[in-house]
Amino acid sequence: MSGPNTNYDPVEVSALDPANLDAAVQDAVAAIAAATSLDDLKAARIAHQGEKSPLALANREIGALPPSAKAEAGKRVGQARARVSQALSARQAELEAERDERILVDERVDVTVPALRRQLGARHPIELVAQRLVDAFVGMGWEVAEGPELESEWLNFDALNLGPDHPARQMQDTFFLDPVDSGLVLRTQTSPVQIRTMLEQEPPIYVVAPGKVFRTDDLDATHTPVFHQIECLAIDKGLTMAHLRGALDAFVRIMFGEETRTRVRANYFPFTEPSMETDFLCFACHGEETWGSAEPCRTCGGSGWIELGGSGMVNRKVLRTCGIDPDVYSGFAFGLGIERALQLRHGVQGMHEIVEGDVRFSQQFGMGV
Amino acid sequence: MRMPLSWLAEYTDLAPGARGADVAASLVRVGLEEEDLHGGDITGPLVVGRVLSFELEPQKNGKTIRWCTVDVGQNGQMLTEGKHQEIVCGAHNFEVGDLVVCVLPGAVLPGGFAISARKTYGHVSNGMICAEDEIGLGHDHEGIIVLSRLLGEERAATLSPGDDAIALLGLADETVETNVTPDRGYCFSVRGLAREYWHAQGSPEGGYRDPADVATPVATPGGYPVELKDDSPIDGNDGCDRYVARIVRGIDPTRPSPPWMSKRLTQMGMRPISLAVDVTNYVMLAVGQPLHAFDVDRLSGSIVVRRARSGEVLTTLDDVERTLHTDDLLITDGGEQPLAIAGVMGAASSEVSDTTTGVLIEAAHFDPTTVARSSRRHRLITEASKRFERGVDPKVTAAAAQLAVDLLVEHGGGTVDDAVTDVDRTSERTAYLLDVTEPARIVGVDYPRERVVGILRDLGCVVDESGEGTDDTHVLVTPPSWRPDLVDAPDYAEEVARIDGYNNIPSITPTPSDGRGLTHAQKARRVVADALAGAGLTEVLSYPFVAEELADQLMLPADDDRRHAVRLANPLSEERPLLRTSVLASLVDTLRRNVARGHKDVAIYELGLVVRPGGPIGTAPIPGVAARPDAETLEQLYAAVPAQPRRAGILATGQAEQAGWWGPGRAADWSDMVAAVQTVAAALAVPVAVANDPGHAPWHPGRCARITLADGTLVGHAGELHPKVVAALELPARTVAAEFDVDVLVAASSEPVQARPFSTFPPAMTDIALLVAADVAAADVESALRSGAGESLESVVLFDVYEGERIDAGHRSLAYRLTFRAPDRTLTTDEVNDFRDAAVAAAASATGAVQR
Ligand SMILES: [Zn+2]
Repeated sequence: MSGPNTNYDPVEVSALDPANLDAAVQDAVAAIAAATSLDDLKAARIAHQGEKSPLALANREIGALPPSAKAEAGKRVGQARARVSQALSARQAELEAERDERILVDERVDVTVPALRRQLGARHPIELVAQRLVDAFVGMGWEVAEGPELESEWLNFDALNLGPDHPARQMQDTFFLDPVDSGLVLRTQTSPVQIRTMLEQEPPIYVVAPGKVFRTDDLDATHTPVFHQIECLAIDKGLTMAHLRGALDAFVRIMFGEETRTRVRANYFPFTEPSMETDFLCFACHGEETWGSAEPCRTCGGSGWIELGGSGMVNRKVLRTCGIDPDVYSGFAFGLGIERALQLRHGVQGMHEIVEGDVRFSQQFGMGV
Repeated sequence: MRMPLSWLAEYTDLAPGARGADVAASLVRVGLEEEDLHGGDITGPLVVGRVLSFELEPQKNGKTIRWCTVDVGQNGQMLTEGKHQEIVCGAHNFEVGDLVVCVLPGAVLPGGFAISARKTYGHVSNGMICAEDEIGLGHDHEGIIVLSRLLGEERAATLSPGDDAIALLGLADETVETNVTPDRGYCFSVRGLAREYWHAQGSPEGGYRDPADVATPVATPGGYPVELKDDSPIDGNDGCDRYVARIVRGIDPTRPSPPWMSKRLTQMGMRPISLAVDVTNYVMLAVGQPLHAFDVDRLSGSIVVRRARSGEVLTTLDDVERTLHTDDLLITDGGEQPLAIAGVMGAASSEVSDTTTGVLIEAAHFDPTTVARSSRRHRLITEASKRFERGVDPKVTAAAAQLAVDLLVEHGGGTVDDAVTDVDRTSERTAYLLDVTEPARIVGVDYPRERVVGILRDLGCVVDESGEGTDDTHVLVTPPSWRPDLVDAPDYAEEVARIDGYNNIPSITPTPSDGRGLTHAQKARRVVADALAGAGLTEVLSYPFVAEELADQLMLPADDDRRHAVRLANPLSEERPLLRTSVLASLVDTLRRNVARGHKDVAIYELGLVVRPGGPIGTAPIPGVAARPDAETLEQLYAAVPAQPRRAGILATGQAEQAGWWGPGRAADWSDMVAAVQTVAAALAVPVAVANDPGHAPWHPGRCARITLADGTLVGHAGELHPKVVAALELPARTVAAEFDVDVLVAASSEPVQARPFSTFPPAMTDIALLVAADVAAADVESALRSGAGESLESVVLFDVYEGERIDAGHRSLAYRLTFRAPDRTLTTDEVNDFRDAAVAAAASATGAVQR
């Protein structure tokens, strides 16, 4: 390397010759363009931008120039180096983008292979249907009441105006506890919960009582010895059968849709007077009577209507038994079987699948219905 | 209760063109539910046939069919081929010569079942010999109809092959079947149903003709002596308060019932038997009064109605010797020989027979409770008992007897005695002072006074608008004799609503004002159920009935509370008489059923009540119902109901995680069960502790976790089932299980969670390995570490457990990561080391742990 020289002509220093600089840039740009990988580019960077590259050497020569020449030479070299840098970074970006693209392709998997490693759980649809009904009524301001399944005979029968000789009491096939004089039965209905509620709470009372009930029926397509009911009880001042009908209509809409049509008719239940039976239009045959035809409607049996369940104004005797003054308060009650609601709403054909506990049955319903 | 339209039309006017379905729909409007429709949907040829011969032909399927030749008169093959009808029949209850009912090709049976000649069992069968159910006559499919048995020999003798069986059996006449509720006993008669149909038509003037509206003689001296001697009435009601006895003598016992009567009885689902019996049945169906016919020549003394004596026996008509109860009301001959259980069934000894010429017709009114008890006690539900226990019109008694007398005289050729017995102790109904605005208040429809009064009069009530107590809003109502159910305002309100039309009741959604939503317990139980399902378990429901030997199979110790199961007096199966004391007790059946159906990987749970009486069963009081029981009685009542905690049971077998492209699967093991309980506890934010429990059935003594609340309250157990339990219950090997008390967890979660502050300074972590004896529980080591580590400890994680040759036999190495964090500063290395050393020292002193 030459020492400083105040009257040195930069043109005479060959490394700083514009043509040479230009050639070096051309070489560099060609090498950069030729690089097909990031490794190639790294080699090109070392060769053309590294310490031993022609441009680096040229840069070093500037120091030896007289001050008057430094500025111009510096500018020339700077421009040359900038062109190389620019080419390098542009190519770097291109090659990185290519590499990133390639990685994404290489990392591709078949996402259609099974993803669930664990069996999913599920709730039983009986519980879900009950929950749905309960939630709707709770949303309207009702509360949920509960009681034991092994219940006193008095609460299950006598207090509900089902005296020992009542024909209706004999219709129900009851599981009695041993010894029979213990006065205990498996409740045949959720109604004893209503009695407990009336005995324990002051009106106004608006409660819904879901639960398990028991009758001595063998399991077949329409019967099971253990099944579920949901009952609603309202006791307040000024309640009429119109309120009962309103609550029933709400019930039917929640379960079977806004458009469901109902009809009501008189019936008899010891617990209520007047009593009322509600039917809703069969959604399978849309109310067309198919009695005695070759294929009577399987959903409604041919009448065109499906029985929802019994209801009525709480019998005054029952109110008195519970210490509620029937001259001040009136009320209504209604109930229905949850198995039946499940069968109707979800097209469950028989009873066996509901009670057998085959996991496939619950699993089709997931966590909510 | 059935009713042929032709019979209905006798008592009331049918709407023009009304068919069975229309009549059923009308009755529904007034509260009589349709049950079924019979007849009317059959087209012939359906004819009487006489079996001429048959050949027995055994078939490959094990059946033997009969290849029959039947004389069907000038019908069928006789017309087309000049020979008798050839029919294949599968039934065997007939003989050559019997008269049967044949349906011939071209006919259509109920249900649109078209009959044609068809090839079957190697023959062309030209029609069928019919069973009752096939032609809509009944439900009997035991064999084919043999007319001599269906209609009686006499009636059958008048028939010829080829007679139209549609007319013979009344099949063209539609019969409506309705369900009669217990309060409408009067609808167990065509009289009552016709009245209701008339109401459904708007009760048009003169549109109802009461069949009981016949002239009846008053009681005379010299009638057959009858004494009503009930010395122990039930609830103060005489067992019998009216007894009419009429005698018809000189009946020709060979005279058959008239064909129209046989036909109607058949339509009603009853068998014609003999004139005397048919007449009593016919009148009962017509007016609802059960009658009894005694052979008057077999009676020796007066008729005495009394309660049975203890130990007295009676052989009823169904040939069963019955030991009577002192509540049973008896009809006796001279006070001694029992003739019948009143209102239920007669004795074989005094029945009319095929030689009876003198008949005593009993038309009596018996106490509903008395009849109901006898019927239930003797398991005898008869046409009579059904009516008496629902209440029979006490004023129809004499008319019913008169109708029977008239029929016996007309068709049996008898003569009626002039003397009439009618012991009448019935009392007149008292009038009820009805507030005519009450129906509106109860029903919610604004019925004007005239509407209320009009409806009540249509129903047969006497309405007095000027008697004592009446005013603008009050009238005196006396209900008709056939409506014992009409007592007070709600009863009348129902009648008004029913006749005015239930569908006129508007729909008003009630609006409770202060609902508080679900209780904490109700919400928490949903959290439990959802958490278990979220953990991959499937909810199922099982029956709570379990076998006695289950306690042994579960290896429950002799003093275990779960052995104190309550027993059903009338279980569905004698093999399962007990109620479960744990959910697992019944859930094992469900697991077994799933496995039997080929499910290898099953994880199920159930939430439900179990019965834990915890001691001998008490006796629940049965107080009166006239008023609220006193507090003490209620307390006894509630206390007598055994405790029924709500528990959850979990069972799993097979793979907890499936094998797949990711690698091998993992079998469900004890830890999945512990994790399930911990998942539930965490979902409720309830801290629980886990300890080894070597002695809790039905778990494996080395693989059972006892899970408790922080205060030591037992939550439940989880782990692997004892291999002997698995074997005894035939469960898959290594079945794992958990059971816990949901109520305990729910109660523990009732207080709102109080948030703990947490630090935002960086954590400091340090790992330690502790050598402990193999029988030291990891949970104990962890709690010692926690107690020694000081307040800056954030977490302790056991990240490795090593047992093997690198350490002493009988020991384990437990590797923990301790994480520390101070609330107010970054901890220094020295501080962290001090905390760690203190933790290790605590573990060393509590468990003998040595740091490696
Ligand atoms: Zn239908």
